[in-house]
Amino acid sequence: MLFFLNVLTSGLLAGLMYAMVAIGFVLIYKASGVFNFAQGSMVLFAALTFVTLNEHGLPFWAAFPLTIVVMIAGAVLIERLVLRPLVNRNPNTLFMATLGLSFVIEGLAQLLLGTDVHQLDLGIDDIPVSVLGLQISAFDLFASAIAVALVAVLAVLFSKTRMGISLRAVADDTLAAQSIGIRLPRIWRIVWSVSGFVALVAGLLWGARQGVQFSLSLVVLKAMPVLIIGGFSSIPGAIVGGLLVGATENLADIYIGPLVQGSVSTWFAYILAVGFLLIRPAGLFGESAIERV
Amino acid sequence: MNAPVQSFLEVQSIDALYGEAILALRGVSLSVSEGSIVVLLGANGAGKTTTLKAISNLLSASRGAVSGGAITWRGRSTRRLDPTELVAQGIVQVLEGRHCFPQLTVEENLLSGGFVRRPSRKELQADLERVYAWFPRLKDRRRSRAGLLSGGEQQMAAIGRALMTRPTLVLLDEPSMGLAPMIVEEIFEIISRLNQDSGVSFLLAEQNANLVLRYAHYGYILENGRVAASGTAAELAARSDFSDFYLGGAGATDGLHPTAPN
Ligand SMILES: Nc1ncnc2c1ncn2[C@@H]1O[C@H](COP(=O)(O)OP(=O)(O)OP(=O)(O)O)[C@@H](O)[C@H]1O
Ligand SMILES: [Mg+2]
Repeated sequence: MLFFLNVLTSGLLAGLMYAMVAIGFVLIYKASGVFNFAQGSMVLFAALTFVTLNEHGLPFWAAFPLTIVVMIAGAVLIERLVLRPLVNRNPNTLFMATLGLSFVIEGLAQLLLGTDVHQLDLGIDDIPVSVLGLQISAFDLFASAIAVALVAVLAVLFSKTRMGISLRAVADDTLAAQSIGIRLPRIWRIVWSVSGFVALVAGLLWGARQGVQFSLSLVVLKAMPVLIIGGFSSIPGAIVGGLLVGATENLADIYIGPLVQGSVSTWFAYILAVGFLLIRPAGLFGESAIERV
Repeated sequence: MNAPVQSFLEVQSIDALYGEAILALRGVSLSVSEGSIVVLLGANGAGKTTTLKAISNLLSASRGAVSGGAITWRGRSTRRLDPTELVAQGIVQVLEGRHCFPQLTVEENLLSGGFVRRPSRKELQADLERVYAWFPRLKDRRRSRAGLLSGGEQQMAAIGRALMTRPTLVLLDEPSMGLAPMIVEEIFEIISRLNQDSGVSFLLAEQNANLVLRYAHYGYILENGRVAASGTAAELAARSDFSDFYLGGAGATDGLHPTAPN
């Protein structure tokens, strides 16, 4: 039983990391109705920028805000060069544009920052600590605390502030939002910046665990099933989806893995996602249009 | 200010296209003077919505464009203004079909209209109370999601949201659409009082001619993208056969001011 709980908890904690990557997608999907294929590249780019600055002698407190500035500049450029020219096009065109964008970002990363694998040390060791009788990795605990704090900040931002109401208005009905004077380009810049910030946090946590390298952009593949399960437009969905994927994946690896003599965690989440697609195509928290009763 | 006093909204002979091919408006001219309620009448597809969107510059969001003519607002061309700037200058459109934000609460819907002027928290709250005073029903439902409101309440929320921008001219597209006659009357009463008490001008698109002409001052009849006739509300209402011609029947327009085709 204790072993089961240990496996479950470490799965849930890993799930929070998936959720964080997924949240970056959800933000952009809500504001511009497009699946941002470049989110994974943004995670990579943010983490690479940070370690490069770090390795050039900048301490954390300087490298972190500087990377945020870089991500915001990127968001402004993307809005100006990609989103604005494509405004009023259909979502497929936009999706293709983000596909192209992901190659541009990765190319830029390679050109400017090189292809080396970087170690990233955030000063928290991956050692087990005992919490309520469970053995939990200190790093996982740290990462979850960061993830929870990030989600809490986003939740307040979106429910209370003018920016948050405007963003949700755009997500609900873009034309109506324009009709009352909400500036779409501004909303896009903000959302891509926030999404870049989320990518940076996710990139640092993932990077600290598996090294900052090009495979980091493949976290997209982890986020996909999370999004399918949670729904593309729901932040709570991304969290619950992430937890669900993290937990079941870890349990499956331990309990089913030995039976099939191999790791199941690479594909188990996709099986789960397909199952959900069959039962709830809009995802657990997908906003199906409100019906009056 | 060298603009003439009566120059409020002037639409001069505009053409409008969708997708660079479909000609939806041909030489439409109209004017709205400050403090008036003007109605655009016309059958389905006559071009009412297109005209309103041409004025609010929302046409491009429907893949349309104004291809000729001129629109001036207080003597200045609106051609280069984006919808946000127009809203900031006092023209706001309430879209056909209401278009509330369904997942937002009624109060959030209203607030969203207030942001464009960047008001202080106090000003925003005062504006909100003003709108609630006009639409007490909305205050009762302030915490419900707008998607759960009745059609009439949604129309009120959409108008209230537009009023939060502090407009001087409201472009109101078919407020009666799909609503029970009693609710429609209630809404027109409020529009009329807004006009008299707060001096807000209205350009309404409507198919329901009989009712709207009781409230409007002046009217234009659109037919296949052209202005077929225009006149004071009394002149239009006096014509027993006019519902005939604006719905596309034989156009006996004597007594009104028929508009020569260009
Ligand atoms: N987005 C669009 N793309 C292409 N054609 C359009 C579009 N919107 C309207 N049209 C066409 O333009 C013409 C005028 O339409 P418009 O919507 O302005 O009419 P309307 O008077 O508002 O009609 P209704 O009473 O049905 O709302 C119609 O022939 C219509 O088919
Ligand atoms: Mg219409």
